[in-house]
Amino acid sequence: MVQETLPKLKVPVDSTKGAVNVEGVSMIFSDRGQTNQVLDSVNFQIKPGELACLLGPSGCGKSTLLNIIAGFIRPTSGYVMVDQQQVTKPGADRGFVFQQYSLLPWKTTFQNVELGLKIKGIPKAERQDMVGEYLNLVGLAKYRNAYPSQLSGGMKQRASIVRALINSPSVLLMDEPFAALDAQTRHMMQALLLNVWETLKTTIVFVTHDIEEAVFLADRIFVMGVQPGRIKAELEVSLPRPRHLDDVMTSEFTQTSRQVFNLIREETLKSMEH
Amino acid sequence: MASTLPQTRVRAESASPAAQLSRRLRNLFFANRSATRCLSLILFFSIWQVLCIIGFNFFINFQLVPSPVEVLEATVEFFTSEPGVHIRSSIYRVLVGFCVASGLGIVLGLFIGWFQIVEDLMMPWLELLRPIPAVAWIPLAILMFPTAETGMIYITFIGAFFPVLISTIRAVENILHDIVLIRVGQCLGANKWFIFKDIVLPGSLPGIASGLTIGMGNAWFCLVTAEILAGRYGVGYITWESYVTSNYPPIVMGMLLIGLMGAMSSWAVGRGMQALMPWRVIKKQNA
Repeated sequence: MVQETLPKLKVPVDSTKGAVNVEGVSMIFSDRGQTNQVLDSVNFQIKPGELACLLGPSGCGKSTLLNIIAGFIRPTSGYVMVDQQQVTKPGADRGFVFQQYSLLPWKTTFQNVELGLKIKGIPKAERQDMVGEYLNLVGLAKYRNAYPSQLSGGMKQRASIVRALINSPSVLLMDEPFAALDAQTRHMMQALLLNVWETLKTTIVFVTHDIEEAVFLADRIFVMGVQPGRIKAELEVSLPRPRHLDDVMTSEFTQTSRQVFNLIREETLKSMEH
Repeated sequence: MASTLPQTRVRAESASPAAQLSRRLRNLFFANRSATRCLSLILFFSIWQVLCIIGFNFFINFQLVPSPVEVLEATVEFFTSEPGVHIRSSIYRVLVGFCVASGLGIVLGLFIGWFQIVEDLMMPWLELLRPIPAVAWIPLAILMFPTAETGMIYITFIGAFFPVLISTIRAVENILHDIVLIRVGQCLGANKWFIFKDIVLPGSLPGIASGLTIGMGNAWFCLVTAEILAGRYGVGYITWESYVTSNYPPIVMGMLLIGLMGAMSSWAVGRGMQALMPWRVIKKQNA
């Protein structure tokens, strides 16, 4: 199993950074006179080192919210603070893992992961060591010279994750990163992500529509409602850590899942009517 | 493996001679791609020869068209006299025109694709000039350029420049349209220069490559036009001169020679660009 064989990483862990503060964020898109309120005064705080999931049916604006935290788009009103810094544009302090495979096709695994360090101006020898170490962390050492077209979906997402993490961002934003993977790979990736997270203690904001995924990963789940998107409920997941893949069969897990399911059911129906 | 052997033997013995022949032919010509390509050329020239021999005349008239054998004779004659100087001067004109066109086309294309203001400043008059055929430039080429040689290079340049330019612009725009790739750079802390150098430029290469391949072909395309200006040498000049003197086999020879050199140089450009893009894996469908 992947999680048992992972080496421990020799990187400094800064557990004080990574506080995310979303204050009254609203988002209204207007297109040819038609206005569409996607988010309605969303508020939440994420503590440093926390793994928080934004869970909601499609159309609840969870990806939009993540894009606002990343600084890709500006909210219509409200603001986002990451470590007391207001977010105005994308930056290296907020790593992002996209749903689609986003490795640069013209760079090898190594070069893709190296990119952030190269941009920072870190010397080549140091880059080599760090990239090697991070590729080991996700079991990609053998594929360092492969191009993305030669990698499987799971490998590509593993590379995307370490590409973001090698920059040691304050917060890692993940936009349904495993949605396109098959069920088996998805479960392995979830376990791997938890393992990496427990090693690096990076704050993670994880967007998903998959209840089990959210319960398995999260410290806290923010359940989002639709029309307009808002935080409908907030839920602490008290399942013990470290979590393992077979934990999904325990009764605590099913109980928590059912609880979330009931919260989200109404919203899903609402979004289907639309 | 061993268990299937007797069955295959039975089938082979029962095959008729015709089936055996067709299988042997198929092995000969479709076993590998170069054999298939040779077959395609053999067919092309044979059909042409047959059409000439039977004097095919149905809408298209082959009665006065030089046959491949006549063209071959003209070719032998050309190569036994002094072919070097003609071929060299043509290659020189095409290559210089092409190189200047690619350099200028790529650089200008990157700027136009990347900066809005450059697009607004450059595109109106470039679009105005683009549809003008090379042959229409001949009088101005004579007036504008100090020597006939530079005039001819200008004509081949015109042929190659616009495909390279337009392909480069479109390639840059396509990458800028791919918002995820740009965002990847942004959230790794990339400034504009890094996004250009590490994302936009390599991402545009496939588009630029097709522009260069088309541009190379177009430079040869314009060679006959360019060498109307030539006093003495050049493959295009021979073609044009033979037309003026109604000597048809050398015309066809010149045409084919230009076709051949154009195809070879386009192939070389394609190969060169492929070497720059080792990340591209192209697997075509089998028919």
